[in-house]
Amino acid sequence: MTAVSDRASEILGLHPATGTSVTERERLRSIRRTAVILGLLCAGFAAAYLLWDVKGSWSYALDLRSRQLASLVVVGAAVGASSLVFQTIAGSRILTPGVMGFDSLYVLIQTVIVSVLGPSALQLMGVPERFILNTALLAGFGLLLFRWLFRAHSRNLFVLVLVGIVVGSFFTSLATFASRMLSPDDYLTLQTVLFASFTTVDVQLLGVTAAVAVLGMAALVPLLRRLDVVDLGKDAATGLGLDYHRIVTITLVVVTVLVATSTALVGPMLFLGLLVANLARQIVPTHRHTVLVPVAGAVGVLATVGGQFLVTHVFALNTTLSVVVNLVGGLYFLYLLLKAVRL
Amino acid sequence: MNVLATGGRTSLWVSLGAVVLAVGAYLSLAVGVVPIPLSDMLSPDERQWMLLSQVRIPRLVAVLLSGAALAVAGLIMQRVTQNSFVSPSTSGTVEAAVLGILVATLLVPGISLLGKMVVAIVVAVAGTMIFLQLLQRIRHRDPIVVALVGLMYGGVLSAITVFIAYQRDLLQLLEIWTTGSFSAVMSGQYEPLYAVLAVGVLGYVFADRFTVVGMGREFATNLGVSYLRILYTALIILSVMTAVVVVVVGAIPFLGLIVPNVVSMFMGDHVRRTLPVTALAGAGFVLLCDVIGRTVRFPYEIPVATIAGVLGAGVFVWLILRAARRPGATR
Repeated sequence: MTAVSDRASEILGLHPATGTSVTERERLRSIRRTAVILGLLCAGFAAAYLLWDVKGSWSYALDLRSRQLASLVVVGAAVGASSLVFQTIAGSRILTPGVMGFDSLYVLIQTVIVSVLGPSALQLMGVPERFILNTALLAGFGLLLFRWLFRAHSRNLFVLVLVGIVVGSFFTSLATFASRMLSPDDYLTLQTVLFASFTTVDVQLLGVTAAVAVLGMAALVPLLRRLDVVDLGKDAATGLGLDYHRIVTITLVVVTVLVATSTALVGPMLFLGLLVANLARQIVPTHRHTVLVPVAGAVGVLATVGGQFLVTHVFALNTTLSVVVNLVGGLYFLYLLLKAVRL
Repeated sequence: MNVLATGGRTSLWVSLGAVVLAVGAYLSLAVGVVPIPLSDMLSPDERQWMLLSQVRIPRLVAVLLSGAALAVAGLIMQRVTQNSFVSPSTSGTVEAAVLGILVATLLVPGISLLGKMVVAIVVAVAGTMIFLQLLQRIRHRDPIVVALVGLMYGGVLSAITVFIAYQRDLLQLLEIWTTGSFSAVMSGQYEPLYAVLAVGVLGYVFADRFTVVGMGREFATNLGVSYLRILYTALIILSVMTAVVVVVVGAIPFLGLIVPNVVSMFMGDHVRRTLPVTALAGAGFVLLCDVIGRTVRFPYEIPVATIAGVLGAGVFVWLILRAARRPGATR
């Protein structure tokens, strides 16, 4: 109970021991400093991404790179914000939408839609309509998945994570299966329609996803303070007069929408959210979501833009960001797991 | 009396499984682009015999051997670690074997199949040893936690593999090794798989000692079993089985985990008794996946790994939820 009251007083801005806010002012100053540094780093990497080592036509390079940069920013911010918020409603640092299989579910839904409607119907349908259909279905099925997982097994964190990961792999296999059911010709068409290539960003898709991501994040703003209370746990939050169920459901819908935007642009990135959200919680010493969520968004942008810049330009690696994220994220997840187990 | 009764039931299961498998195998020979009527199977004409002997029978043998090998490898790993949620398919052995094949291909261009196999076995043994070390450090040996650690460890290994393959433009080859399929199996190409038979017999001989080793170091030593020697024997047997299958047909997901678990649900944990049935069930499972893969999108083929991925992940989720519901099974 002391942990809850400590955290409650912290949310109220009180120091648990003295009830004053002397350390709070220091804390605010450090948060502000962190925010400025993060902002500068993001801007720096964005500029570097645009301008580094341009050869040949500047207008061509700038046009292509600004589109890539914009989609990196959308992905980073969406993944960061959604993962942090998801951790809060799931009540654990290990649980993120990527780990629970939401990304794979998006890919599965996308593949099934193509298989059902057929490639020709798909080409008639515009990019925005397709994205919105995918996203709506993801929100519906995502809610069902979340409810099912959390209703029956809320007691055991590890069961949840394991089921989430295996379910994710189940979705991936099903998607592969569905795409293999098409004839080879249709399969090729599907490949080009399905996966937005990161090097040649589709302007229409970028526009839709960016707009949806901004809307999603705007929808998060009024929820942020309530999420501070959700963070205390279901019983405490209900005791404080919060409509826990409703807040969790709304947040979850926003999370699935944000997951859809990032997955539509780059495909599943299993561990990006895990890395970013935990890093954000490390660098700002607070439980306030008004601070945490923007910081997570910024760390996400830093991770995608900075990561892509370092991978392609500085280390000149012939690889993709998601390969690196999988490697680093997998190791970090293993570390979190072993740390949690030894306690 | 009791022992006799269980023994009788075991042989009943074995013979029942064998009969079902034999019928399934026989029927599977008829499946293919060129139809061979079952009535012709016993007296095929020259063209039909050519097809059967060069393609269909080798494929059937490869299916049965790989299924049995992966299931038995899973069973041995589960007994030795006393943990029902580990297996070469879900705890890094397969991923290590794939890494081994990649390294062999990169270091010695044009390496023979045997050479690849040797390197894959060595890396698989090393990779599995690291996982066992990791297990030692987990205090709560909860099956769920161990399964998670295994999956993540395998994920990290395959991320390393993908990273290397990306650098050398070998992603397509990697896809072949990680997606098990029998569509390229034909006479003259699958024979190395027979190695798993020899290793499997060895596993059967050592079966009881594996159970003893699973009880822990002190217990095993007290019973006069050389703990380390038996542990390494198990490690080598399961790594050889896994690596050989991965080199010849590619990886088949979840098989090594789910088949021994489902078998032990019916027959208990006595290795010597369950090993033959596990082998039969593994062979049957892969045969089922292969026939589904060959028929569901006829005349095209869906790789066995894709079918096994869907079925296997579904069964695995069911097993997890079942284990989680049992009180006291997990924290």
